[in-house]
Amino acid sequence: MSTLTDPPAASFKLSMLVYDTRYRAITFQIIALVAFLLFFGWLALNTAQNLADLGKEPSFGFLFEPAGYDINQRLIEYNSQSSHLRAAFVGILNTLLVAFMGCVAATVVGVLIGVLRLSNNWLVARLMTIYVELFRNVPVLMWIVLSMAILIESLPAPRDFRGEDPAATMSFFDSVAVTNRGVYIPEPLFSRGLGDFPIGGAFNISLDLIAILIVLGGSLFVRNRIAQRAEAQQNATGIRPRTWHIQLGVILLPLIVLLAVLGFHLGYPVLKGFNFGGGTYLRNSLIALWLALSLYTAAFIAEIVRAGILAISKGQTEAAAALGLRPRRIMSLVILPQALRVIIPPLISQYLNLTKNSSLAIAVGYMDITGTLMGITLNQTGRELETVLLGMLIYLAISLLISAVMNWYNSRVKLVER
Amino acid sequence: MSDTHAESVLFVRDTMLPEKEPPSSTVGIMGWSRSNLFSTWVNSALTILSLLFIAMLLYRMVPWLLSPTWSAASLTECREMFAATGEGGHGGACWGVIRERWQQLMFGFYPSDLYWRPVLALVLLFVALGPILFAAYVPVKMIWFSMLYPFLAVWLLWGGSIWMPIAAILGFVIVAVAFRVLSSLIIPALALLTGVVLAVLWWTVLAAPFAGGVHSIIPLGIEAVQSREFGGFMLSITIGVTAIMCSLPIGIVLALGRRSDLLLVKAICVGFIEFIRGVPLITLLFVASTLLNIFLPPGTNFDIILRVMIMVTLFASAYMAEVIRGGLAALPTGQYEGADSLGLDYWQAQRLIIMPQALKISIPGIVSTFIGVFKDTTLVSIISMFDPLGLANAIRADTAWNGVYWELFIFIGAVFFIFCFSMSRYSMYLERKLQTGHR
Repeated sequence: MSTLTDPPAASFKLSMLVYDTRYRAITFQIIALVAFLLFFGWLALNTAQNLADLGKEPSFGFLFEPAGYDINQRLIEYNSQSSHLRAAFVGILNTLLVAFMGCVAATVVGVLIGVLRLSNNWLVARLMTIYVELFRNVPVLMWIVLSMAILIESLPAPRDFRGEDPAATMSFFDSVAVTNRGVYIPEPLFSRGLGDFPIGGAFNISLDLIAILIVLGGSLFVRNRIAQRAEAQQNATGIRPRTWHIQLGVILLPLIVLLAVLGFHLGYPVLKGFNFGGGTYLRNSLIALWLALSLYTAAFIAEIVRAGILAISKGQTEAAAALGLRPRRIMSLVILPQALRVIIPPLISQYLNLTKNSSLAIAVGYMDITGTLMGITLNQTGRELETVLLGMLIYLAISLLISAVMNWYNSRVKLVER
Repeated sequence: MSDTHAESVLFVRDTMLPEKEPPSSTVGIMGWSRSNLFSTWVNSALTILSLLFIAMLLYRMVPWLLSPTWSAASLTECREMFAATGEGGHGGACWGVIRERWQQLMFGFYPSDLYWRPVLALVLLFVALGPILFAAYVPVKMIWFSMLYPFLAVWLLWGGSIWMPIAAILGFVIVAVAFRVLSSLIIPALALLTGVVLAVLWWTVLAAPFAGGVHSIIPLGIEAVQSREFGGFMLSITIGVTAIMCSLPIGIVLALGRRSDLLLVKAICVGFIEFIRGVPLITLLFVASTLLNIFLPPGTNFDIILRVMIMVTLFASAYMAEVIRGGLAALPTGQYEGADSLGLDYWQAQRLIIMPQALKISIPGIVSTFIGVFKDTTLVSIISMFDPLGLANAIRADTAWNGVYWELFIFIGAVFFIFCFSMSRYSMYLERKLQTGHR
């Protein structure tokens, strides 16, 4: 005869905190939290002590003092009397500018090289392999410094454009001047412009630009509606109406009318004295940085594109061909939509890398956020803690923004899986 | 039926014809170039364009590269040589700068009579890597040398008393002994924690007096070298190798933490990884050069190379953690469940089942992180340390070599290329070797 006894009453013992798996997780987390808080408390205490010893008080007041230095490449109005905050803002815009230009160029070059690497032309495929290996295995900083050196050494100086028999001439019907100080391209001007719209007295936003964007947005909306109706008609009747000329007209006509109303014309660069005046001036540092970053990142993107295309099984191509699709349609309707699913996630991280690498601008004197806030502002005000932390936060925000946008795009192109 | 057929046909061949030679246009070099270079007119155009490009490049580059300026002592001398041969101007490479300064590009300002020390450290690095890289061909006992190597390398590079590295090793001995003794009494994690706390106490409080004391009794040591004398590829390799070695274990811990069920541990790991990956390395180097001394107790002033190493290691570990997390995620759930069903606990399962497979999957990612870290060591030139690029600027500051660009860049680029390219080839070899045919 056996008697069942109740299990011993669950009494909590201190040792259960360590030996009982039910409580162990909580114990460890509390230990981790305490260690984490202690560590940061220790850092904060040290920082406070060190700053007190140096006689500094952490404050962001310096941001509103006049910066007192010039920034030669800028997208918004800035002079040496502007505040450090505005200098930082110029820097942020410069970072975004070179990152955007770099991403676009790197994607174009990278996709081209990735596809050419798969070419059945042996020589072209080998050349592209050499390109990829060469750019991937040498530090990006060296490419940046090197392209700066190439631009300075090999291009003509502005004074070479002078005289009766100049050593250098402007290209594209005298509209673009490529010099060793930078490239001068025509600038868009409006003779009947709408002027600027000040926001908070600090920033001016061009009303012309806003008008163009509004008109363009409206045209795109109408175009989408036309495409939707064509789609609906195709679904209902099986015949797709020809709409491409209407779509093109809807986009182009209002824009042309608007530009004519605003009095749009180009301002060409003109040689004045020993340098060029007028036109938009792209400095050497911007071009060198842009070239180096996009060529370097293109090598990585090429590999991503190649891997993405190779990841699609040959059966897909053959099945599409069996359905009677022509090679170009196979690429655009069958291969690319599937390859994009593989390509987009690593592409996002390459865009992020390019944006972060743009901080190397400081090596060629391009004034991005590293050059302004974490460079000259830091040196002038001596506020290491505030500037570096603020700079890191800005980069963090830019990175998170880019990955949010690209993840949104990724979720759109992602095939719905079972 | 066959009879009727036989009667109606006059001739039936009953032997096979001998095989004919394939048309000469489909075999040999002709056939190869027809199918690989000139298959369509687009391909033909591309081939001809590429050939033109290569020819132009060679025409420009080869005479420039082969210019006999090896003995020149300054750029002016090079120009005189070109003028003498009638080429005029900067008509060729001025290799004299490499002959004169290659040692500097390699070792920075390291005392020249002590060059054998970094060289020996590099050679021993390969010996130490042997058991890890080529496990099949090296005796297992060699792993002890690999574990001793970091201390040996630090001692060789920086010099000084031999008792400092020995005191550092003693800290690890303390961890091991404490773990052995205590693990029979309390659970292993706590035993390890106690050991680590004891070791940290030893390193921070007792190690320096111990080393100093023993050194005053038995002075054994080699000439000390200051950190600011480090430079060139030696500096890049020192920082790179340290970051690579340390980032792998830290990355594994972070990846495990990120996949952990413990909410708080997970939050800390995610925060750390995403923060580090969201900011450029250069900002972390600014932290190393300006802020780290503010964060540490007043009066601490430790070496700039050490500070940079810490930041580069943290940077690399965040990327490593993501690579390893990818490997962990790629592993089928059945492996985790299988490990559980064998009754293995968490750490046993990780050590015996999960990590060997996950790390194998992550090899390409790990190696490309290594290559990235090694290339990123050039960034230290921005916080005015003399890595090869920083030295190139310093060499140009010399009046004799003011204006020399290409030769230095080609030399530095070639050395980086050799290092990185061989690393990527090794990872391909390793992938092939570990390929088991199923994933």
